[in-house]
Amino acid sequence: MNEHVGHPQVLLDPAILAVIGLALAAVVYLGAALAEIRRGNRGWPWFRAVLWLAGLGCGAAAVVGPLAEAAHAEFPAHMIAHLLVGMLAPVLLVLAAPITLALRTLHVVPARRLARLLGSGVGRFLSHPVPAATIHVGSLWLLYTTGLGAAMLQNPMLHYLLLIHFLVAGYLFTTSIIGVDPAPHRASFRLRLIVLVLAIALHSALAKYIYVHPPQGITAPAAELGALLMFYGGDLIELVVVTVFFSQWYGRTRTSPARTGVALGDTAR
Amino acid sequence: MSHSSQVVRPRGVLRERSYWSAFLIGVALMAGVDEIVFHQLLGWHHFYDGATTAVGLLSDGLLHAAELIALVAGFFLLADARRRDTFSARVGWAGFFTGLGAFQLWDGTINHKVLRLHQVRYDVELLPYDLAWNAAGIVLLATGLVLTFMAVRRRTAAGPA
Repeated sequence: MNEHVGHPQVLLDPAILAVIGLALAAVVYLGAALAEIRRGNRGWPWFRAVLWLAGLGCGAAAVVGPLAEAAHAEFPAHMIAHLLVGMLAPVLLVLAAPITLALRTLHVVPARRLARLLGSGVGRFLSHPVPAATIHVGSLWLLYTTGLGAAMLQNPMLHYLLLIHFLVAGYLFTTSIIGVDPAPHRASFRLRLIVLVLAIALHSALAKYIYVHPPQGITAPAAELGALLMFYGGDLIELVVVTVFFSQWYGRTRTSPARTGVALGDTAR
Repeated sequence: MSHSSQVVRPRGVLRERSYWSAFLIGVALMAGVDEIVFHQLLGWHHFYDGATTAVGLLSDGLLHAAELIALVAGFFLLADARRRDTFSARVGWAGFFTGLGAFQLWDGTINHKVLRLHQVRYDVELLPYDLAWNAAGIVLLATGLVLTFMAVRRRTAAGPA
């Protein structure tokens, strides 16, 4: 990474690259949704497209604009950016059912490849609640209780890599708990509930830990405000996750005999 | 046969979704009152005080997660009981008061005293506050248990259906 430090180039600015990536994701999703609507049979719910755009917007707010600027210098702003990227954006993106849209609109061969990837050992492992939650919550604890956080404030490139990591880890965790996309081997309701309880518990415990033990290079007042934001902001997003989780349970118990063999395309309705 | 149904029926109340959905709502409501009134409005409780142990931190997190989930799960379970037309308000109230009291007493004894998460109020003579806190918990819990007992009795008296 060091060779870029002396002569910054606009195109290599990671923030610009991130925005280009997010814009591409928006265009591809909307293009696929329009194609699906044009085809006429099932259409595509408009609210899923709104969720997708809102999720990408959360990601963008963490890399460009006033919040992103402040996040480099101030811990509370950094925490808001992390709530947006690691928690809120994943929930919005998961509920946008991008995999279902992809499976419906891709040509047969790439669609089959995607389905095979999801069903493969790695795909199943990463979308299982236990590994997904361990990666998601574990990396948060590592970031704030070791020197990793301080290193991140020093090195912009590491900062962007970690943002991508938290977006992906947050997505995998959220989809393992409340995913609406086809999951060939979804974990049981009980296991998902246990993992959800533990993840929320460790998240709020980490917030209190940060409150008392400011991460390296963070002043006590900044750490306290950041910890409160993490605790109560996390609560709001977790409340949404828990509500979606139980509304899925409610919807499923009503018609459990009829829906036990849910077909691929039906899950996203 | 008749006596066996008498043995099974009283336990039935404690197996009902009416009871446990309302119990969860009671727990969550009391936790909500604790958070909104005592942490936020009055500022008596502290987010964290120096006496909190590592075990306390983890148990606090678990309790917090359980409260959040109890709130949502309680309402969905209640909606499910109503949808199945098995909801009994009498049993529901019994569960609700038991939940209110159980949380309050747990909070006043285990959380405040054993785990020392925080105290009822700071810079005051603590004993009257602790007594009032736990007395409120005992009254609520006793109300819940009496209502539970009455609901069980009523079922038993109704005889085999």
